[in-house]
Amino acid sequence: MFDEEGMDEIRQIFLEESTEGLDVMESGLLELEPGTADMETINNIFRAAHSIKGGGGTFGFVEVSDFTHWVETVLDEMRSGERAVTEDGITLLLESVDCLRGMMDSINAQSEYDTPRISALQARIVAVLNGEADSDVDAPATEQETALDQDSEGQQEPLVDSEAESIVDQPLSKDAPPAEDVAEKTAVLEETQQAPAAEPQPLEKAAKPEPEASATKAEPDVAAAPVAAKPVAAPEATKTEKGGADSGSSIRVNVEKIDSLLNLVGELVITQSMLGRFKKEFKVSDLSDLRDGLAQLESNTRELQESAMQIRMLPIKVAFSRFTRLVRDLSRNLGKKVRLELLGEQTELDKTVLEKIGDPLVHLVRNSLDHGIETVEKRLAAGKPAEGLLRLSAYHEAGNIVIEITDDGAGLNRDKILSKAIERGLVSEDEQLSDERIYMLIFQAGFSTADQVSDLSGRGVGMDVVRRNIQDLGGRIDIQSEVGQGSTITIRLPLTLAILDGQLVRVGEEIYIVPLLSIVESVFINPERVNVVANNQMLYRLRDDFLPITDLRAICGGYYRNMSLDVQELNDKLLVVIETAGKRYGIVVDDLEDQQQVVIKALENNYRQVSGLAGATILGDGSVALILDIPSLAQRCFSDIDDSDQQATA
Amino acid sequence: MSEEQIQQDGGIDLNPNALQFLTFILNGEEYGVDILKVQGIQGWSKVTPIPNTPDFMLGVINLRGAVVPIVDLRKRFQLEQVDYGPTTVVIVVKVKGDEGERVVGMVVDAVSEVYNVNERDIKPSPNFSGSISTEYIRGLSMIENKMVILLEIDSLINTGVLDLVPSELVV
Repeated sequence: MFDEEGMDEIRQIFLEESTEGLDVMESGLLELEPGTADMETINNIFRAAHSIKGGGGTFGFVEVSDFTHWVETVLDEMRSGERAVTEDGITLLLESVDCLRGMMDSINAQSEYDTPRISALQARIVAVLNGEADSDVDAPATEQETALDQDSEGQQEPLVDSEAESIVDQPLSKDAPPAEDVAEKTAVLEETQQAPAAEPQPLEKAAKPEPEASATKAEPDVAAAPVAAKPVAAPEATKTEKGGADSGSSIRVNVEKIDSLLNLVGELVITQSMLGRFKKEFKVSDLSDLRDGLAQLESNTRELQESAMQIRMLPIKVAFSRFTRLVRDLSRNLGKKVRLELLGEQTELDKTVLEKIGDPLVHLVRNSLDHGIETVEKRLAAGKPAEGLLRLSAYHEAGNIVIEITDDGAGLNRDKILSKAIERGLVSEDEQLSDERIYMLIFQAGFSTADQVSDLSGRGVGMDVVRRNIQDLGGRIDIQSEVGQGSTITIRLPLTLAILDGQLVRVGEEIYIVPLLSIVESVFINPERVNVVANNQMLYRLRDDFLPITDLRAICGGYYRNMSLDVQELNDKLLVVIETAGKRYGIVVDDLEDQQQVVIKALENNYRQVSGLAGATILGDGSVALILDIPSLAQRCFSDIDDSDQQATA
Repeated sequence: MSEEQIQQDGGIDLNPNALQFLTFILNGEEYGVDILKVQGIQGWSKVTPIPNTPDFMLGVINLRGAVVPIVDLRKRFQLEQVDYGPTTVVIVVKVKGDEGERVVGMVVDAVSEVYNVNERDIKPSPNFSGSISTEYIRGLSMIENKMVILLEIDSLINTGVLDLVPSELVV
């Protein structure tokens, strides 16, 4: 029927649509509360399942459509009220979603389906449909398995056994949730629904088309399929591409954004034609017109730039959405009760940043669940509500995006971290460290305070990767914590990787750019506060701290360390205090110039990467200025003296 | 031979098999680059120096929105330094490397001519010793009784210029 290429294309379309549908099903299922029958949500799930079934049938993936048929039947019964929405039912359906995902992966890889898993699950669904209760023991055990599979951290048999038991207990206690609990939960649900203002609207919109109509549209031909998929995807309330993070190459952009871009281009053309008439003839009396035109051109350009950047912006919801499921599975797995709050899901950030922030966030959330939030018994003993709170929030602040991960768990144990750090030789025993510094130690490679290594965390790999990933994105990570009250991890990231907020600094005649995010403060240098210690390292006494300092002129002159500077020459110069990897350093510059947004141009496009530089940019006057890479500079200038000996002999 | 003595009448041969070379002067010698690699010629303008790069890497300039490195061929070939004069120009070449195409500017004393050279007229270069290895030279050719050194610009710029890191870091 189709040639090889055509088949590939069809497979891709089917996979794309189905992945979206599965996402809709999953988020819908997670929204469902046992005991209630939220018709709208069930309808959404049903529609998504129906589309997948229809698509599977049309494109010849019979196994998918057969399996989905059973899922759909369960949903249909829930929809018509014949079947109550139970915790077990939701779990079974979630497993089915996982199973379907597995099938999609097999289709994508063109490999064999995992038939035993499919038929086992199908048998359970059929059993449930026949009125038999899904065996409790079976369900959590299988879920355990899939959860662990996903985590792919290797599993330990004894752990599974013991945990499976604790999970078996759990559904029992959850069967009859106290009225209060339900009320609280729904309140949270409402809150999270209200938070993104855009959400309710698409929901209504999506509810309008007849379920059947939208699904059958998917069947006739391939061309109509993407259209039919839209109403299904709409409830996600993502203004833009939901699956974008996976596809990598393409991005779905809201028509509004394209329209506004086109409008701006229209304005630009008008401005251009206005300015263009001066080409023929220019009288001195035209000067004010010319000036106006140029001002207009300037504002057009700026708006056009912003608008173009907007196209790359996606709501952070894309990264947050996976946590609902992750937290649900992990907390069951760990026998903890955790409520997840997502705030500011509509906060937009650059696609590249968004893609790279996903994994670090997963690490941090897992860490909070595993180490932060205590078990129900411990929480009750500490006089806290049984249910732990994990809050992910995102907001914009001064051109940066801030992501906070807050838990109300045990908090970081300052003394334990310190003793562990001393044990590992990361700090010396007599070192005086502020709490903040101590907390930052958890981001050191190979550091873990977990008494027991679990499959989730505690091996000490991960947190250092988190910090490195965030630094690679030009971001910063901070921790606040209070014992017994919980901790907050704050990640600050630039909105986009293409544009950076920079502080222009002058050294001699050259302008360099320091990323604003790494600057803590800038002070006038008082030469009396400079001490030159061994190895010609200069220290500056700033309030109660001693900062290692170096002159940017020395760095840029190719000297990396140990250049003896005339301390008296430092008079009238400025010290830019930078922070990287939790440590502060000072860089001496001649003067501070403007702060401005700069477009990053990679040096390796035409040359190669130069250590200490993050790239270059073109300033307003057309000249090129270099952007400093603070982490690598700090490492080169202020790393341990041992390194310098090695460098010298190398 | 100084640049004043160069004949200005090297007419263009329309032989389709001929290779065309743009020649330039460096310390009195004439060098040629495949004209298809040349993107443009422009006057000398101020560069932004890049720290921690070899001395022949003068820095970068803004070339129509792209950040383009500028290399001083006199310094690269370890020739005597002279002040930049009015004929000093930057030849912008586009070379193919392992990581795609790169645009680089070369500072030379002056541009000279465009010559047609038949492949058979290109003689292999004798072994050189010194700052420029024979792998960067495509061959030698006699054009109007002058010797022109035809450069292998791709390898010269990629391995002979861009990949070189400073020989010593001052520690």
